[in-house]
Amino acid sequence: MANQIIEKYPKNDRSILIPLLQDIQEENGYLPEDVLKEAAAHIGISMSSIYGVATFYNQFRLTPLGKNVIRVCRGTACHVKNSANILFGLETALNIKAGQTTRDKNFTLEVVSCIGACSIAPVICINDDYYGRVTVKEIDRILKKYQPVQPKPSPQKAEEVVK
Amino acid sequence: MVELTINNLKVKAEEGMTILDAAKSVGISIPTLCYMKDLFPTGACRICVVEVDGQRNLLPSCAFPVSEGMVVETNSPRVRRARKTIVELLVENHPQDCLICVRNKNCELQDLAERYGLREHRYSGEKRKHVVDVSSPSIERDPAKCILCGRCTRVCNEIQKIGAIDFAQRGFNSIVTTPYNEGLNVSDCIFCGQCILQCPTAALRERSSMKIVSNALENKNKYVIAQIAPAVRATLGEEFHMPPGTDVTGKLVSGLRRLGFKRVFDTNFGADLTILEEANELIGRVQNDQPLPMFTSCCPGWIRFAERNYPDILPHLSSCKSPHEMEGAILKSYFAKKMGINPKDIFVVSIMPCTVKKYESERPELAIDSLHDVDSVLTTRELVRFFNMAGIDFADLPDEEFDNPLGESTGAAAIFGTSGGVMEAAIRTAYYNITGENLENIEVDQIRGPEGVKSATVKIGDLDVNIAVVNGIGNVRPIIEEVLAGKSKYHFIEVMACPGGCVNGGGQPIHQNLENVMKRVKALYEIDKKSVSRRSHENESVQKLYKEFLKEPGSHVAHELLHTTYSHR
Repeated sequence: MANQIIEKYPKNDRSILIPLLQDIQEENGYLPEDVLKEAAAHIGISMSSIYGVATFYNQFRLTPLGKNVIRVCRGTACHVKNSANILFGLETALNIKAGQTTRDKNFTLEVVSCIGACSIAPVICINDDYYGRVTVKEIDRILKKYQPVQPKPSPQKAEEVVK
Repeated sequence: MVELTINNLKVKAEEGMTILDAAKSVGISIPTLCYMKDLFPTGACRICVVEVDGQRNLLPSCAFPVSEGMVVETNSPRVRRARKTIVELLVENHPQDCLICVRNKNCELQDLAERYGLREHRYSGEKRKHVVDVSSPSIERDPAKCILCGRCTRVCNEIQKIGAIDFAQRGFNSIVTTPYNEGLNVSDCIFCGQCILQCPTAALRERSSMKIVSNALENKNKYVIAQIAPAVRATLGEEFHMPPGTDVTGKLVSGLRRLGFKRVFDTNFGADLTILEEANELIGRVQNDQPLPMFTSCCPGWIRFAERNYPDILPHLSSCKSPHEMEGAILKSYFAKKMGINPKDIFVVSIMPCTVKKYESERPELAIDSLHDVDSVLTTRELVRFFNMAGIDFADLPDEEFDNPLGESTGAAAIFGTSGGVMEAAIRTAYYNITGENLENIEVDQIRGPEGVKSATVKIGDLDVNIAVVNGIGNVRPIIEEVLAGKSKYHFIEVMACPGGCVNGGGQPIHQNLENVMKRVKALYEIDKKSVSRRSHENESVQKLYKEFLKEPGSHVAHELLHTTYSHR
């Protein structure tokens, strides 16, 4: 699949790097390492240069997005309303830093500059749901909605665990 | 020609020249950090700013061309203030641990701080936190000390064309790093160390082996032997304020003895041995229809490059070990037997101009029964530190001779340290091996000099041998592609990873001057010229070694000890 994207572009032309990276991200949701290696060989530039460009621009991701994307607004109004604490609370609850994805790939935590809902600051947004006037105490309750439903352990298994 | 005024001096300059070059031509020096001669200016560091009449902002002199009637001030209060601020900001985001830094007193940032009179900390703020990358056996990468001038990335990308490191992230988080910020050992890095020669601070430095060596010297059960590479003798003097290109062989030998090395041998002996094996291998390949052209294998940077990037070219690489590995193997077999020493008690230290040799000496292929041919490698710079630590006044040392039998060498071995040298030495011996006569015109001028790719045709008997010399790993890709496509006309190709050869190796004294490199090259050719014998096969100790031990080039014993294998990595 990725090959077809790369083949569309001329060989050994480094000026096409950014559009090519955008296409790869469009297709895969992020920039997979093996595809980048093919792209590097195709354009004739080093992997380190591609890595440099991919980490320079905010739009590029090197890891796949989680199932649910949490965006924490860090705009001025939210900042005044203590969004730093909300971000810290989310980082603690999910045990990741902003920009990362949980190990079970359920959540990705991102920081955005302004969501445009300053009247209900501080705001976080999960997928397409908006949560305004969030407090740190609410974080666990909000996250629970997006946790996958886990099958209850059968009594037998529980016994095994006790043993 | 245009005429301009710099600091009230009338200056005539060629059109298109930069202000920096025009100023230099009349002896006005402007400080630089990111500037690299012969490369396109990036204007990244702004330390070279000057004031130009009629221009609102200060201009980077490294990137701005001169024009008719231009009036330039390189030392106005405004310029000095701007430069000082730049240095202050760089220093404040730097660990400032000069006292315990390997580049203390040899650091461009330190020089600038002194030059612009930094006497207080005017800015304080967050500092970058980075871990030191010690994954490579050759090079340490310490991004905390990096001032982001980008010279390492440019030498890696534009000159060596490896591209192991580049800028990543941005703003405060900017860092020069490998793809995915992984260790250098898993990157495309070939450990050539050209980046170390470029680094203005200690952000890139060699992995020091000094502790291991000094422990071995202290250990009474160890028989510690030193061997000196051809290129070290032409460069080490520079660190003791001798003019570039001073031959310090004799002082090196006596200095090493004073450091406590039991024996001091010459890697040139190994080089002569390499030539006999390599010439024999080349003739064998021609006669037995084996893969041609043959590539030299003395440069471990080139070997690592081929193993990582071109696995299909590996059958074309000479199976010969590099000279210091051959010398090590002989020391731990022939010499050990002769002296009645257990090879396990011998500790071989190679004094090398090279950072890759550190990696090479750890290669599992270069060990016999897991006993490495060479135990430790010191770069030229590390040896200088050893001399200083021991209080040895190098300039006043007497000249002494190498120990024998592994200290004798010919002029052919001396030129191993420069681009084209291995080829020239090999041709001298191959000619003799095929025709039974000595080559008359012994100096092959076409393969001397600073060009990127040099080639020549040498008539040996009724055979026209096409040879090529690749000077710097950045020039090797087209040659390899040609060979893989089956279109190469060459029989024998020499590759050295560092531009200019080992005299400009990554372990050499840190310099900023290409002329020095050419003087070092000249010194090696002088040694060759002055030598009594200038052909490897005339080395009597090597002849004796074959008679007593190895039998003949390419024999079974020789293969066990002096040849190696390569694999895709």
